Amino acid sequence: MRHIISVLVENEFGVLSRVAGLFSGRGFNIESLCVAESQDPTVSTMTIVTSGNDAIIEQVLKQLNKLINVIKVVDFKDLDYVSREMILVKVKAEERTREEILRMVEIFRGKIIDVSAKTYTLLITGDEEKLKAFLTLIKPLGIKELVRTGPIAIARGDKVIKVKEKHSEGGGEGNG
Amino acid sequence: MKKTGAQIFVESLKMEGVDTIFCYPGGATLNITDVLTDSDIHQVVVRHEQGAVHASDGYARASGRVGVSLVTSGPGATNTVTGIATAYMDSIPLVIFTCQVNTMLIGNDAFQEADIVGITRPCTKHSYLVRDGNDLAKIIKEAFYIARSGRPGPVLVDIPKDVTSNLYEFKYPEKVNIRSYQPTYVGHIGQIKRAMKEIASSRKPVLYTGGGIIASGASAELVKLAEALSIPVVNTLMGLGGFPGNHRLFLGMLGMHGTYAANMAITSSDLIIAIGARFDDRATGKVDEFAPHAKIIHVDIDPTSISKNIKVDIPIVGDSKNVLQKMIHLAEQDGGDFKDYRASIGEWLKETEQWRKDYPLTYVRNGTLKPQYVIERIYELTKGKAIITTEVGQNQMWTAQFFKFLKPRTFLSSGGLGTMGFGFPAAIGAQVAYPKSLVIDIAGDGSIQMNIQELGTAVQFKLPVKVVILNNGHLGMVRQWQELFYEKRYTWTCLECTPDFVKLADAYGAAGYVIEREDDVDVVLKEAFHNGMPTLIDVKVNPEESVYPMVPAGAPLREMLLV
Ligand SMILES: Cc1ncc(C[n+]2csc(CCOP(=O)(O)OP(=O)(O)O)c2C)c(N)n1
Ligand SMILES: [Mg+2]
Repeated sequence: MRHIISVLVENEFGVLSRVAGLFSGRGFNIESLCVAESQDPTVSTMTIVTSGNDAIIEQVLKQLNKLINVIKVVDFKDLDYVSREMILVKVKAEERTREEILRMVEIFRGKIIDVSAKTYTLLITGDEEKLKAFLTLIKPLGIKELVRTGPIAIARGDKVIKVKEKHSEGGGEGNG
Repeated sequence: MKKTGAQIFVESLKMEGVDTIFCYPGGATLNITDVLTDSDIHQVVVRHEQGAVHASDGYARASGRVGVSLVTSGPGATNTVTGIATAYMDSIPLVIFTCQVNTMLIGNDAFQEADIVGITRPCTKHSYLVRDGNDLAKIIKEAFYIARSGRPGPVLVDIPKDVTSNLYEFKYPEKVNIRSYQPTYVGHIGQIKRAMKEIASSRKPVLYTGGGIIASGASAELVKLAEALSIPVVNTLMGLGGFPGNHRLFLGMLGMHGTYAANMAITSSDLIIAIGARFDDRATGKVDEFAPHAKIIHVDIDPTSISKNIKVDIPIVGDSKNVLQKMIHLAEQDGGDFKDYRASIGEWLKETEQWRKDYPLTYVRNGTLKPQYVIERIYELTKGKAIITTEVGQNQMWTAQFFKFLKPRTFLSSGGLGTMGFGFPAAIGAQVAYPKSLVIDIAGDGSIQMNIQELGTAVQFKLPVKVVILNNGHLGMVRQWQELFYEKRYTWTCLECTPDFVKLADAYGAAGYVIEREDDVDVVLKEAFHNGMPTLIDVKVNPEESVYPMVPAGAPLREMLLV
């Protein structure tokens, strides 16, 4: 199963390589990884999309928690959340397809952010389903290049994922 | 007043109570060595950086304190990797200081530059590159704390050379506060109560314990719980010494070369109480058929160990000692919960006793010199009062089987990584920690050649370590697999051009002996153990001998090949 995991880490030198190394060293899947500073400049938020059965995900969460620089790990599976991803896509813009592309961008509430004689560069944001639908529709028109950010996610409502104490959520087993 | 990074380094070690450092110099260590030499810290200069790390590891395993080493940049640093990985796999608290090229040169492929933080990332508990000398003291404080707390492990600190010469304000932090690192020591009482209920309703319980008992200093508690409820105990390799090897409830080591009784007890058990053990494949055999009738309680300080290889019924995250104390307390309070249990436990003990009687550890005495006999004699002659290290291979397994370890921290062996060449430098480290103890490395003729150069260290620092080489002319353990599973095609495993160990010892200024017959064993060992010198004892054992019982790789524990 696919899981979106939020990892709060110390905003320090070398932390990213520890997380990436953990995934490669232990053979865990990593579909996408998105990382940047949070509201607290000492903390970075990593959003990782991974997949595996329950036992594997349990290990992923615990192993992440075990890294010394990791402050908190949350599996969004246990939460009500919203997630968004951004894509940039360069498509062929020919006489006969220009209209179609413009229409599509409008329907999906995207933007054309760059134009050349032969191409349009589109920006679309959305959740997984929406982007999938968009790409399916635009594909026949000729995608020349696709760049995606990978999803980021946040809990719905008042719930805030913030720095408290480690091992309190996500992979703390039999301890609460 | 400001101090140089080198001075801060030495002051910080003193603040941590470091009395010994295992080290090897180079261009990048010069500023530090120049200050260290005037300090009270004992500097044991080795012959190879791998030796330095293994020696600090042996020091740590024997004493329970953090082992410390210091090496130079580049090749000095890369030479430590096997030592670090060895300590990582066995959860041994070490701090390894590597020196690095000047900060400005990092990343430029400078002379003797190696990204040692990158290279060792997967085999350290944590690591630091000191990018600002103002952080040096804080980093050292944290490194020691992380190494010894929680599940212990090696921590590497990489210090650029300019940091060692520049001036900084020095103030050693009094406390460590790492918000992202809060190990759980106290076991959850609800889980512990559930575990005790499960024990009360079990009929065939087994305590399966590992290195966590030793790391947490929980041996006395383990004995107390086992005795209070008459639970038989099996140990992993790393757990040996954590429960007295001569105790009536001790069934021996489990696993690939475990005893018949231990493996059968696991197979028949209805409740496994795992404490400070991690269900390693060498211990479990085929995981799907491990303890097929049992529920599993697992106590471990590291949550990642729980339900990693085997699904656990009652997980308890916590320090072994803390959890055992609570379990003992609940067992002693017994308000009648254990009535049926106590009425039936005798049956189970009878069963385990029968296995022990029917299939004890044994070997054929046929007039040739058997390695097992040599180990039995070492046990008798020392009455078990020695610190024993091993190399890896048959020598290690026979030692685990035939020496009865009575106390924790008397059996030092590379369990997780299985590092040939560990035993000798580890023995040197143990001898430094306990200058008056008898320290013996039970070695193989292959393994001893991996770090034989440390004879120089032993002689220079007057460390009277005894190396008993079980010389079978082979890389015996690999040879054994070839005998059993590769139609006796002994590719690469027959050792040729092995040096004359007596001459070699002599060349270094150590003592050397040969033993060729059973009759010589006691006489020579007694002399060697009392000569006060580093000593090699070349014991020409029967080259054909194999280690039994043996559970072939991938088979369930009950399928043992016996003698
Ligand atoms: C550094 C290292 N290289 C290779 C091995 C693989 N290996 C395991 S046991 C063994 C043979 C050890 O031979 P020896 O030291 O003579 O011990 P014996 O089994 O003969 O007692 C080998 C090569 C290892 N464990 N460690
Ligand atoms: Mg050998």
